Parts: sequence; C-alpha cells; structure tokens
Amino acid sequence: MLRQIEGSRAVAETVALCRPEVVCAYPISPQTHIIEAVGAMVKAGLLSPCEFINVESEFAAMSVSIGSSAAGARTYTATSSQGLLFMIEAVYNAAGLGLPIVMTLANRAIGAPINIWNDHSDAMAVRDSGWIQLFAETNQEAADLHVQAFRLAEELSVPVMVCMDGFILTHAVEGVDMLDQSVVDGFLPPYEPRQVLDPNDPVSIGAMVGPEAFEEVRYLAHLRQMDALERIPAIAQEFEELTGHASGGLVRSYRTEDADTIVVALGSVLGTIKDAVDVRRQAGERVGVVGITSFRPFPGEAVREALSGASRIIVLEKAFSIGFGGVLATDVALVVQGSNAKVFSVVAGLGGRAITRRSLEDLLAQSVRGELNPLTFLDLDQAAVDRERARMASTRRSGPSAENLLRDLGSDYAASKAQT
Amino acid sequence: MTRQPVRFYQVGSFAVGNRLLNDEDRTVQSSPNRTNSIDSGHRACQGCGEVLGARYALDAAMRATNGQLVAVNATGCLEVFSTPYPETSWRIAWLHSLFGNAPAVATGVAAAMRVKGKSEVRVVAQAGDGGTVDIGFGCLSGMFERNDDVLFICYDNEGYMNTGVQRSGATPPAARTATTVAAGPEPGNVFGQGKDLPRIAMAHDIPYVATATVADLHDLEQKVERAMEIHGARYLHVLVPCPLGWGSASDETIHIARLAKETGLFPVFAAEHGRVTSVSPIRHRTPVEEYLKLQRRYAHLFGSSPRPDIVARLQEIADENIARYGLVTEEAGESVASEVRT
Amino acid sequence: METPFAITLNAGTSRANHTGSWRTERPLYVDRLPPCNNACPAGEDIQGWLYEAESGNYEAAWRKLVVDNPFPAIMGRICFHPCETACNRVQVDDAVGINAVERFLGDLALEHGWSLPVVTLDTGKRILVVGAGPAGLSAAYHLRRLGHQVRLVDSAEQLGGMMRYGIPAYRLPRVTLDAEIARVVDLGVEVELGHAVLDVEAERRAGNFDAVFLAVGAQIGKRVDIPAGDSSKVIDAVSFLHQVAEGDPPLLGRRVAVYGGGDTALDAARTARRLGATDAVIVYRRNRERMPAHGEELEQALGEGVTMRWLSTVDRFEGGRLVLETMRLNEQGFPEPTGEFEELDADALLLALGQDTDLSLLKTASDVVVNDGVVQVQASMMTGEDGVFAGGDAVPADRTATVAVGHGKRAAHGIDAYVMGTALESVPKHELATFEKLNTWYYSDAPRTERPELERIRRQTNFEEVVGGLTEENALFEARRCLSCGNCFECDNCFGVCPDNAVIKLGPGLRYEFDFDFCKGCGICVKECPCGAITMVPEII
Ligand SMILES: Cc1cc2nc3c(=O)[nH]c(=O)nc-3n(C[C@H](O)[C@H](O)[C@H](O)COP(=O)(O)OP(=O)(O)OC[C@H]3O[C@@H](n4cnc5c(N)ncnc54)[C@H](O)[C@@H]3O)c2cc1C
Ligand SMILES: Cc1ncc(C[n+]2csc(CCOP(=O)(O)OP(=O)(O)O)c2C)c(N)n1
Ligand code: SF4
Ligand code: SF4
Ligand code: SF4
Ligand SMILES: [Mg+2]
Repeated sequence: MLRQIEGSRAVAETVALCRPEVVCAYPISPQTHIIEAVGAMVKAGLLSPCEFINVESEFAAMSVSIGSSAAGARTYTATSSQGLLFMIEAVYNAAGLGLPIVMTLANRAIGAPINIWNDHSDAMAVRDSGWIQLFAETNQEAADLHVQAFRLAEELSVPVMVCMDGFILTHAVEGVDMLDQSVVDGFLPPYEPRQVLDPNDPVSIGAMVGPEAFEEVRYLAHLRQMDALERIPAIAQEFEELTGHASGGLVRSYRTEDADTIVVALGSVLGTIKDAVDVRRQAGERVGVVGITSFRPFPGEAVREALSGASRIIVLEKAFSIGFGGVLATDVALVVQGSNAKVFSVVAGLGGRAITRRSLEDLLAQSVRGELNPLTFLDLDQAAVDRERARMASTRRSGPSAENLLRDLGSDYAASKAQT
Repeated sequence: MTRQPVRFYQVGSFAVGNRLLNDEDRTVQSSPNRTNSIDSGHRACQGCGEVLGARYALDAAMRATNGQLVAVNATGCLEVFSTPYPETSWRIAWLHSLFGNAPAVATGVAAAMRVKGKSEVRVVAQAGDGGTVDIGFGCLSGMFERNDDVLFICYDNEGYMNTGVQRSGATPPAARTATTVAAGPEPGNVFGQGKDLPRIAMAHDIPYVATATVADLHDLEQKVERAMEIHGARYLHVLVPCPLGWGSASDETIHIARLAKETGLFPVFAAEHGRVTSVSPIRHRTPVEEYLKLQRRYAHLFGSSPRPDIVARLQEIADENIARYGLVTEEAGESVASEVRT
Repeated sequence: METPFAITLNAGTSRANHTGSWRTERPLYVDRLPPCNNACPAGEDIQGWLYEAESGNYEAAWRKLVVDNPFPAIMGRICFHPCETACNRVQVDDAVGINAVERFLGDLALEHGWSLPVVTLDTGKRILVVGAGPAGLSAAYHLRRLGHQVRLVDSAEQLGGMMRYGIPAYRLPRVTLDAEIARVVDLGVEVELGHAVLDVEAERRAGNFDAVFLAVGAQIGKRVDIPAGDSSKVIDAVSFLHQVAEGDPPLLGRRVAVYGGGDTALDAARTARRLGATDAVIVYRRNRERMPAHGEELEQALGEGVTMRWLSTVDRFEGGRLVLETMRLNEQGFPEPTGEFEELDADALLLALGQDTDLSLLKTASDVVVNDGVVQVQASMMTGEDGVFAGGDAVPADRTATVAVGHGKRAAHGIDAYVMGTALESVPKHELATFEKLNTWYYSDAPRTERPELERIRRQTNFEEVVGGLTEENALFEARRCLSCGNCFECDNCFGVCPDNAVIKLGPGLRYEFDFDFCKGCGICVKECPCGAITMVPEII
C-alpha cells in the first residue's frame, strides 16, 4: 500500500514485518526515529514475541544483539556515526561469529568536529568488518532492503548493514509502497540458525583461533561474501517478482548505454546525479550513472561490466580516506584496471553539505572538457582553506623566541576560552 | 538446599563430600555425575583457582537448572585456556564474544530464550576481575540496572592475568603487578584505589549479590543455587587465587583463598535487594601476614627490608572488613558449638 | 551440531589434549599409620573400627576390633588408652574418646550376644598356656583362631588374673568380665582352674605340648621394711584386693593409709572407702605431677573422699599412729628426706609398692633367662628356651592389661610360626600419620563427649560401676570425631578440588584413582586431603 511516510517510519514498519525477535538499540541522530518506532510497536504488543531492550551504549546494543542472535533469535539494531564507532569491536565480532544480525546504519558524519549530518564516513569505517553493506537510494529501497537483508543474512550467516542516508532519507516523507505481512512472510522464512546456543546440544562458540587456522577463517568469510554476490541479485529478483519493487541487487545503471562519462555513487545522491545526467544528456553529453547497492561484497565484475563503455569514470562519494582520497574510487579503480578508462575521485557532501544538481552539472561539464582533477572536493570553500593554511603557516614561522611563543599561547588560549 | 548443619559428621560442612551424608546433602562436586562444565585438557596453569571456581559455580548452576544453562564468557584466562582451536573444554553451551561485553551478550541470550519460549534456559555470564570491574563495568552496570535475568560471576584473581599480570581495579594495595612494580616509597599497587564491586552491585538494588571463595565449596554452591532460584540480575564475586600472578605454590590455591577469608581481607557474605543477609564468620582469625607471606606479589613487604608499616595498613583493611560485616561474632563462635548436636 | 569452521567447537573436545605431560611430580594415594593404632599395645586397628562405627555399622566395627583384642568391653573400661594420648585430635581440641567407643561396642556385642567366629581350623598342635590373666586369655584366643588346641591352666579358682583379683568391680563389673572371658573359652579352650603349675618343663612333657605360653603375671605384692608395732595392721594392697575380690575382705578399721602412688594404691584406697573406711589417705613420696597413677583415676578417688599426703614417706607405724617424713624433690625430681616428721592416725596400712613375679615354675627350664625378676623374651615372645614363650606382667614391659593382651597376640603368632615351622612374617609399618600431614580445617568443630559418672554419694558404699557408657548417639558422635588419620575416608576432597578433573571416583568403599592423562601435578589434592592420605612423589621419567 502506497503511503506518504517518513523514511524512518517506513523502515521501522518494514522491520516489524520481518518479525524480529530481539531489538536492541541506543539512540543517536539520525537513527532515533527508527528505533523509537520499533520500540513503540513492541511496547504496544504489535510485535509479539519480541523483546525491545534499552541499553546503556551502542557497544551494549551490538553485544546484546550478538547474544540474542547466537541464541537463535532474529535480531535487529540500528545506529549511526559515533554509535557505530562505539560498537565497532562488537561489529567486527558479530561478523567474525557469523551472526545474521541486521542493522540499519543511518549514515552520518563522524566527529570531531561533532556533526550530525549525513555522509558515509561511518559506513566506510567498518568497511572491512565482514558485514554486508547495502546502500539504499530511496526510502522505498531502504524499506525493501531490510526484508532482503534478513533473508540474505540468515541464508549466509553473515550480518547485513542497510545503509540509508541520515536525514536525507531517514527524515524525508515520501511515498513508499508498504508491504503486506503475508508478502513478507512468504518471502522471509523463519530463522533457522546455522549454529545456536542450545543446552541440549552444547557447542562452544567463539573459540580462540591461532595462526594455524585464522587465515582460513577469514578466507571462508570472504567466500561467503562472494556467495552473496550471487544471492543478492537472485534475492532482489525474487523480491521484485513478488512485490514489483525493483529494490536491491548489486549495481544499477542509468543511461550508461553509450556513455563515455559515468558517475559512480552510493545512496540517495544517485537521484540528484540522475537529474544532473538528464540535464547534461539534453546538452548532448554522453553521460550516465552507475549506482552501487552492494558496497560489500563489492561486485567487481558487475561494476566493470557496467562501466565497460566509459572512458571517464567519476566516483563521487561522501567519504574519503584522509591522506589518500576516495574509498569507493579506489575499489572502482582496481576493478577497471586494464581498461582505458580514467578514474576521477570526487569527494562530496561531507558532514551534510548539500550536493546540488548545479554543482554536479558543472562537474560533469568540467569532466567532459577534460578539466577534472584526479581528486576533487566538490564545492570546497577554497578561500577559507587558504586563510587557515596561511594563518597556520604564519604562526608556525612566528619565530623561536620564547616571548613570542608565550604570547601566542596566551592569545590562543584566550581565543579558545572565548569560543566555548 | 539448606546448609548442612554440622551435626556429628566429621567433615560434613567443609569437605567436598562425606560418605555419611545423603547424596542430596553432598556438594555437586562430590558427585561422579557432575557436569564437569569445564573438562580436562584445558590449558590453565597448574593449580589455577579460576578454572576451579568456574567448574564449581557452573556445575552448581547446571544442577540448579537441570542442565538448562548457557554461559557467556568474557575474554581472559578462563576463555583463552578453555577454547584454543581446535579443542574446547566446555561441556555446556558457551559463547565468547569480547572482553568487555559479557553482561550485554548474556542479556541478549536471555532475551532470545524468552522470545523463543525457552524460559527454562538460564544464563550465566562470567568474566575475570578485569572484565568485570574495569572494561566490562559499563555493560555490567547496565545489565544490573535493567535487572536482566542473568547471573554474572566474576572470577577475581585480582589482576589482568591473561595479559601477563597487570593491575586491575581489583588489584589490592601493595600487590606487585607488571604495572605496579615493587619500587619506590609505596611499592606495589597504591592504597586508596580500586573498586569494591560487590558493594557497587548492591547499590544497584539487584535481588542478589554474594561473594565466595574456592575454599568454601558448600558456601559457593549454596550461593549459586540461591542465585538460580531468583530471577533478575544477580552477581557472584568469587575469589580465585592465581598461582602465576600471585606467586604462590600451585598446591596453595585453596589454602590461600581460605586465608583471604579468615584474615578478613576478603569478606564472604550474601545480600538480597541491597541488604546483607548473611556473612560467613571467620572460623580461626588469622593475621594478614600469614596470607601475604605465601605470595611473592607481597615479597617486598618481608625479607631483608621489611615493611611492617604496609602490612599494618593491610591489617587495617582486614579489620575494617571484619567490623563492617561483623565477621567475628561471639554468637558465631557459640552457634558453631550449639549446632554440633542438632 | 554441524559447526562453522574453527570458531565453533564441539563440547568437551579438549580431552584429546593430555595435559598430564606437564607434570614433574605426581600424587600418590597412601595409607599412613594412625598414631592411635601405633600406640595401641594390643595392636588394634582403631582407625579401622572407628571407620565402621562412624557409619553405624557397629557389628562390623566390633568384628574388626576383636580381630586383635577379644575384650572390648573390658578394655573399654580399664585400658589406660595410650591411643588417646597419641591421638592427633588432641591438637585440635581433645582426643577422640576411643576407649568409650570401644566400651560401647563391647557392651553392645554382649547385649546382642554377638559371638566370636567359630574356629574351623585344626592344626593338631597342642599349646599349654599357664596363667589366665589377660595375657594368657589373649594368647588362648588367638591360638584357637589359628587352629591350635589350647589348654589354659590357672592356680586361681576363676579366670581373669589381675582383671578379676586386682581391678575392683566398680571399675570392671564381673558380669562384663565373665561374659567376655566366656566368649573366649567358648571357642574351645580347655580350662583347668585351681591348678598351680610348679614345673613347667614337666607339665609340658607330661601333656605332650608343642609349646608353652607363660602368662603368670606378677602376683606378689612388694613389701618394704617398716618398723611396726605388733598390733599394727600392715597388708599388701594386692592381697587386700584379692581378698576383696574373693568376697572375703579383711577388717581394716576406720582409718586406712595406703602407701604408694600407682593405680593399685588408688584402687586400694577407693576399695577401703567402699568397705567403710572414713579416712582413706594415700601417702606418696612425690607430688601429683610425678604420680604414676592415671589422672582420671586420681580425680575419681579424690571425688570419693580419698585424701592425699604428697611428698611423704612412711617412717614407722606404731599404736595406730603413722609417722611420716616430709620429702622434697631435688632438681632431678627425686624425693629427698627433709628430716621433718608428721603424724597420721591410722588403723591399717596398705602397701601398694608394686609387684614381684613368682617364677619358681621355671626351675627346671634352665634356658629361660630371668633378669630383674622378669623373663627375657625375643620379638616373637619366645624365651631362651625353645617352644617356651612368655608375656604379660612376667616379661619386661609396661604392666597393663592391654600390654598383656598384645603380648598374648604376639606370642600366639610366634607360637604358630614355631609349631608350624613357618617364618614369622613381619608386616612393615606404614609411615606415621603425624599431625602435620593432616589438613584439619575440614573437620567440624566437635567437642569431646565424656562418659557419665555415678553420683559420688553412691560410690561410697558399694561396688557399683562408677563410669557409665555412652549412649548410641554419643558413641556415634565420638566415633565421628575421628580424623581418620592417614587413611582415606572418602570425603571426596581430592575428587572435588582437582582443577583438572584428574581424579576418578571409583564408588563407595573403592576410593579414587588419578587420571594421569590430565593430572598436572599441582599438589592441591595432597594439600587439601584432610587426613593425609595422599603424597607427592617425583615423576618417573
Ligand atoms: C590393683 C590393680 C589394678 C590394675 N588396674 C589396671 C587397669 O586399670 N588397667 C590395666 O591395663 N592394667 C591394670 N593393672 C595391671 C594388669 O592387671 C596387669 O598388668 C595384667 O593383669 C597382667 O596380666 P598377666 O596376664 O600378665 O598377669 P595376671 O593378670 O597377673 O594373670 C596371671 C595369672 O597367672 C596365674 N598364675 C600365676 N602363677 C601361676 C602358676 N604357677 N600356675 C598357674 N597359674 C599361675 C595367676 O593366678 C593369674 O591368674 C592393674 C593391676 C592391679 C594389681
Ligand atoms: C578490548 C580489549 N582490551 C584488552 C584486551 C586484552 N586483554 C585480554 S584478557 C585481558 C585481561 C583479563 O583480565 P581479567 O578479566 O581479570 O581475567 P583473567 O585473565 O585475570 O582471568 C586483557 C587486558 C582485550 N582482549 N580486549
Ligand atoms: S594465569 Fe592465573 S588465572 Fe590464568 S590460568 Fe594461570 S593460574 Fe589461572
Ligand atoms: S583422630 Fe582417629 S585415627 Fe587419628 S589418632 Fe585419633 S582416633 Fe586415631
Ligand atoms: S589436584 Fe589434580 S592435577 Fe593437582 S596433583 Fe591432584 S590430581 Fe593432579
Ligand atoms: Mg583477573
């Protein structure tokens, strides 16, 4: 049923349709609306049997999830940003133990400076944790991906993180075709754990593994993600057949047939990019878009395929590896190795900075003109940067004199006092 | 199980078993059918108190729950020596996640058991003192505060043993560890620090808090049994001497635990809903020296340049415990005698 | 469960890891000799029978006891219980009341009529036992059990020796004495009473005996020269007691003095009180600490109104007055005269200064060596003469009934080996279970139960037994106070305390076994064994 609904609410209600048995989370913007809504449904008895547990930290939230999942309960949690980092030890642990927890990551920047707005730094920080990371482009997809995520996670015994852009999606009210319980029930069988804590069939879960087998354990985890590359499109297709929703899958191409410039991106920004592409297409430029839904596992082959016709690949992403450049760009560059395409890394939208269609159009135009730098920071306030660089440089050179130093420190201190 | 009165059985109240007692009055450990929750082949040091404490506690919990038990284990010696791939020593359903999250993991297991309709399955979480009073404290306090249905057992060997004997928030004053060396004017761990977790637990008003040692099996088992009769958050703090970390002879483990109690340095008591309900009175009051001298971590207090001043300060701590919990009572002495014929 | 690789493991698989290889020392179960057993002159396995009694298996306990000593009811009354002096429990609180439990068992056996095992063996060997005191009776008993024919002769009219003619009835009721002796005789001992053996060689030949056991005791009361007027009545205590025992007590008067400091002196004084003496005064050269009589007996005597004159010797006795010289102890503790004198009114003086033997029956047995009035014997109790054995008061040893019983047993085995031509096997003694070997923490606090005593007033006029027996409950309690020194009593401690689950429990009565696949040799089981029944030995490499 199509409803005008907030993204968080759509996700919460869809999660509820998945009949989670234990939900445990800790509030952080912009994830709060999701867990508040799930919590309310549990409290109201709409979701039974289900335990909703308020804990003292994200570390506890993921830890409770580990316990409940290992004990055979379908487990859901959600977090963002700082919260994800606070639980990161447990995030790795859940993956290492192969527990099919589903977590919504309402993507948000990581401080300092503290910032509640959207970017993808949080997701990138756990890129190597062993979780499957699926990025939603729309709220419809965000909702649908949760159903697919449980199915995928439980089939493979791998935890799945559904990434949706904080505020941009979580707080946006738009039309979402909400699924029926019977449809979800038909798609998502009850959870059959691969291993479970059962007093009547006791096993020890979480052994210490030394050099003699650790690499194999990790390689097996990798293979499971490789299996996911098969399962993700299959599940998406099955889902589409059942619901008519084209959600999920590995990658999705838009107007790439004859494109020589293709923009690659994750998440909600794809919508804006598509708009920009449409505009540039009207200007006769052969541009297209490839959206990556499955960031981990990284669908190398599908990406290569999707980008095969392009000579310029612009990887636009809301995160970057400080001291190097784009994260996704690195992955893309690696998979298109050997082709003639040139990969450009564009960092955009950090800390919630709006990525406007205009800027994207300019970017495309620039690229077509062959003027794009290998690494670009979209809409960077170069003047501000320059001022700060200059100030720092001058302070540095203000001389070795002790008096100068003391005076400098004094005024710095006074300045900092004044700010707080 | 009520505590076996002394009656006129030679060792009925103190030894593991007694051929003269009915089976049901004997300890769980005396039964050849005990679970051996942690079985032979583990890699604990010779004479390790922690493995003993774990078997005592978990076997008792297994009996109390008819075998419907899941244990969650924090990182630490107990975890490392029990489950190095490819072998595990556990005979019970067991899960290890991290160093600092055992209480929360246990909460999750308990929640899952409830939704799965397996409420007969009870959950124990266990950790060393580091995993309890330090890194796991946040999760533990949260578990307490929510009154989750978990029995948390701390095996207190007064230091981070698994990483090579460093100081924890449970390391006693004056004790040498790798991070509180025996140097300077206040050799060893400093005075005035550390957490008294049983009392902190009591401050959460949880239904059950108790302390025990590996030297009094009856008491320990009885406490586990009591704990399993109760639902909600429960805390059991078991003193488990560590021959490696304490520098004691491997055969002294139980003796040292006994002395910890008999000196008053480790008060043994139980509390329900924040109120002390019973204490184990000292049977033969012993000066702290006798306890300290058996352990090389206190060697700097004796020998060629002894520190009677520090020993005296430790004695003060023992005396304060004795006063606080009433560990030495006239009545206690008498009740032992009057119990004899009942 | 089909588990994921490496991170999940199947329960209990570590048993494949044999940590026993870490060991440098290994524990070993041992049986150590309990100090009580070591101290018992009759060689009783005290710890062994207490163990049975602890479980309430009184008959089994009694059967175990009478393997060594056929007289638990007697011993449970008159033995001076050196076992209790040696008992390790002394260092915890008080000794186990071994003697009281022994008596309880003995009395219970008499009450229930438990009989000694029927002798089925017959070796055809004939043994002559001279003297039917505890030594002779014990020898007869053991010899019968070994299948030999026994002829027991005594000059007295009844069996028992000093147990009947010395020890007064208020300490050893005659029903008890008779019953336990009868049980031995019922094993098929030929008894001949009223027959004094005058020449042992002759009797041996005449009766064609394969061996002889001399258990003639020391029957003659020692006398010292005390200047005494004609009218003064001076009798030796042994004769006095003998007459009392025969129901023919001499008239002593109201004031009786007893000279001596041994148990005989006390018995004489207490008997005199019972016969009507208003004053019964014991005159002794030394002080209380140095008195050879046993403390309990002294307490009982004092309680009955017997009085003491310490540090006094009898100088002379004339006209109803005893002149005593005051003594003092020198640095070595020997009494020395002071030259000061006191007087004491007395109608009779009983001399309790010890006994001498009458060994005239040995006149033709020229190879028998007699020194200081006692017969010299070897470990087998054989004298210098082939086939002639001796024991009890007649040989050099403590003169107690228990020693005599022990001699009887030892001699019986010596005789058995002699007549059968076998070697006397000597079982090596186990290492002593000393107190340091125990971990007494584990024992419950349990104060000793004392036996009840007859009210004082009732002890002054009759020979009713003074010391009562324990009730069943008390006897059980007392038995259970035993620490089981050096002998596993299946407390499960080793089984429980092993951090490596390396102790295997074999089931009731079968004790335990170590699982050396897993024992790391930490030694906790050794340290925590309450009774010291485990030791640590170097690992054999
Ligand atoms: C008053 C008194 C109290 C005592 N109290 C205790 C006590 O409480 N506890 C304890 O343990 N001990 C006690 N004793 C010591 C104990 O009684 C003796 O040590 C013990 O009886 C010695 O045993 P026996 O068999 O060697 O000799 P006896 O008991 O003296 O028996 C020797 C027997 O041999 C017989 N006999 C001797 N010569 C001949 C012969 N030629 N022909 C035939 N028969 C002969 C005698 O008639 C006698 O029956 C006491 C002794 C006395 C005198
Ligand atoms: C987050 C984290 N920090 C540190 C460690 C390293 N570490 C493992 S066990 C341990 C000490 C364990 O001490 P305790 O909990 O007292 O258990 P013990 O080994 O003494 O039984 C430490 C510091 C870790 N595993 N994880
Ligand atoms: S270091 Fe201590 S706690 Fe760890 S295994 Fe050894 S004895 Fe046990
Ligand atoms: S405690 Fe028992 S075994 Fe030990 S000496 Fe005493 S009676 Fe004998
Ligand atoms: S306690 Fe166990 S490991 Fe230690 S010595 Fe005894 S049997 Fe061996
Ligand atoms: Mg520790």
